[in-house]
Amino acid sequence: MSNSNFTRRGVLKTGSIAGAGLALPTYLSAAAHSGFTNAPTGDTVTLGFNVPQSGPYADEGADELRAFELAVEHLNGQGDGGMMSTFSSKVLDGTGIMGKKVDFVTGDTQTKSDAARASAKSMIEKDGAIMISGGSSSGVAVAVQGLCQEAGVIFMAGLTHSNDTTGKDKKANGFRHFFNAYMSAAALAPVLEQLYGTDRRAYHLTADYTWGWTQEESIAAATEALGWDTVEKVRTPLAATDFSSYIAPVLNSGADVLVLNHYGGNMVNSLTNAVQFGLREKQANGKNFEIVVPLYSELMAKGAGRNIAGIVGSQNWDWKLENEKGDRYAGTNAFVKSFGEKYGFPPSQAAQTCYAQTLLYADAVTRAGSFNPCAVVEALEGFEFDGLGNGPTLYRAGDHQCFKDVVVVRGKENPENEFDLVEIVEVTPTEQVTYPVDHPMFSGGALGSCNPGA
Amino acid sequence: MDQIILQFLNGLDKGSAYALIALGLTLIFGTLGVVNFAHGALFMIGAFCAVTVQRILTLSTVVEDPTKTDFLGNPAKISTPYVESWFGPEMGAALIDWSVPLAIVFAIPIMVALGFIMERGLIKHFYKRPHADQILVTFGLAIVLQEVIKAFYGANPIPTGAPEVFRGSFDFGVLIGFDPNAIIYPYWRMVYFAFAAVIIGAVFAFLQFTTFGMVVRAGMADRETVGLLGINIDRRFTIMFGIAAAVAGLAGVMYAPINSPNYHMGMDFLVLSFVVVVVGGMGSLPGAVLAGFLLGILEAFASMNEVKAIFPGIDQIIIYVVAIIIILTRPRGLMGRKGVMEE
Repeated sequence: MSNSNFTRRGVLKTGSIAGAGLALPTYLSAAAHSGFTNAPTGDTVTLGFNVPQSGPYADEGADELRAFELAVEHLNGQGDGGMMSTFSSKVLDGTGIMGKKVDFVTGDTQTKSDAARASAKSMIEKDGAIMISGGSSSGVAVAVQGLCQEAGVIFMAGLTHSNDTTGKDKKANGFRHFFNAYMSAAALAPVLEQLYGTDRRAYHLTADYTWGWTQEESIAAATEALGWDTVEKVRTPLAATDFSSYIAPVLNSGADVLVLNHYGGNMVNSLTNAVQFGLREKQANGKNFEIVVPLYSELMAKGAGRNIAGIVGSQNWDWKLENEKGDRYAGTNAFVKSFGEKYGFPPSQAAQTCYAQTLLYADAVTRAGSFNPCAVVEALEGFEFDGLGNGPTLYRAGDHQCFKDVVVVRGKENPENEFDLVEIVEVTPTEQVTYPVDHPMFSGGALGSCNPGA
Repeated sequence: MDQIILQFLNGLDKGSAYALIALGLTLIFGTLGVVNFAHGALFMIGAFCAVTVQRILTLSTVVEDPTKTDFLGNPAKISTPYVESWFGPEMGAALIDWSVPLAIVFAIPIMVALGFIMERGLIKHFYKRPHADQILVTFGLAIVLQEVIKAFYGANPIPTGAPEVFRGSFDFGVLIGFDPNAIIYPYWRMVYFAFAAVIIGAVFAFLQFTTFGMVVRAGMADRETVGLLGINIDRRFTIMFGIAAAVAGLAGVMYAPINSPNYHMGMDFLVLSFVVVVVGGMGSLPGAVLAGFLLGILEAFASMNEVKAIFPGIDQIIIYVVAIIIILTRPRGLMGRKGVMEE
């Protein structure tokens, strides 16, 4: 028999008051000392990596996390240093960031905006993360970027390709290394002209959300400028799995090109269905029917299997870049070696962008001599660098978008092994994919000013 | 006109998958009175049976080839599938090519066993509980099953191709007097429709023409009386659960070449199949099949650009609109028994 006087209500009350009491000083103390949120006080600094660990993009999230862990290892002086040795800025010395050992916490975005915000909030408030990075969806990136701006921490975006991330939803505390829909279209247009000519009729299938809309707008504008006609733009639900009902109308639409503005599982299914309906062998308007996938990833190529053969698209980076296109893309081989030796396979473009973002943040803090977000923003704005695998790159001050070469790829017809799924067709130079800050596709919204929080 | 025929074929094809899953769902509801929300997961596991057979057949011996290098510059590893070493390159390649049809043989015992384990191990404890409890426990089970699959196979879709001979598409239009290439339809989707028709026919024949089926039907109509006659109806219902699981699994095996299997494909089908069961009439097998094809065809037509121009977004809600109308006007569903879901 128990003599305890505890009641359920009593325990809950006491617990919640004690919990709130314990949590409050942690948050306030973390925020208060040096005039900005989560100023590191001990001998460690905590970074928050917010990636999809469940849901349809979990494999991409896992690859991002591998890259983050590798970057942290290298920053702390373990491993072979990876791209730190090729990075044009030489302030990182393997002793952490400004002498503080780098620690990290991870969150699961679930590829849902609300879950991603909740996990980022928890990492900022509970774990004292001073920078948030990662993500594999533009919806998530825009949501988390907004949260980081309010909380006064830096957001180094992972895989996000919508124009809006550094367009109408740009924020002073947010930075994107990955390329965007406009750049994909600008890079693809000359290659499409060269491969398929100027007299084409395109049919678009588009995922019905922010990324799909900006991708469709960008590629339609770029191909129409070549002289192509746009026959139809059809929005498909993000939750769709069988695209046969959307592919069937393409057959007799008079189109001779199908543009799939789909990503991830959507793209794997729509491409598989398009190939099943014979579109790869079809003749239309006296020409071979072609399929274009503006945004490519290695994981999507793997999911699509042999259906990806011959399909043209664009990437932010490819692990074969330095071997095939030379020293301009220095850093690629160093990163592939570190990553490949640790994990047994080459890194994806998502991994490369996350690794680069972590080094860029650490470098900016060190150059600024402060963890204060406003100092970091100042150090990153207009920063020109090289040696991170993409060639000479600029972090533009006006919108916090990186400007660098874009890789145009094509699914390989006869891959030699499971990593050899895409071939590099061309690398489009930065000048061809650069646009003014006030370009209509990026208008609306303002960068605002940096928020140090606290 | 060509578009209407194409979308009709698409509807039959979608309807085949809905009908097969709904058939199993309604078989379980009709016999055991359980609303099995883990049924979509059984469909998904069926598809992963195809993936597994493909993986088993491609298990390989690995030797280093010093003349080639891998991405790190080390000697490349060359894999040769065991089946090619054992049966010769041609026979081995043919076995790998036909891995999806072969997976049917592999999937039947696995799915029946899984159905038994699910029913005896978990679901039987919930027979006397309210439907809400049954839905919660089976939904929870579905999440567990899909996370197990994700842990083993990853989240990315896994391409599982149809045999080479079924990879192209068939010029259907020429047969009915249209221009060449006006109506072409993938071979495998036609195979899927034929397969669904055979399975549906087999289930009906089993229930209609065997003594076992007759007892089961009697049990569905009046469980107590059949029990009073000294027949162990529970055991027969457990077997029916196994059969329903096998039907869902086979639907999944054959679906693998249509869309690369991934761990959440079951959930994508589950809700729609549940709506199909409700529209067809809870517990009515012909109702499930009829509603499966009907909703598949309606969904296909609603995706036509001409229809969407008049009703934007109709393709995303058509099934639910029909379900609402049916529930409001005929709560027991198209072919439901009088009294079921009407109290």
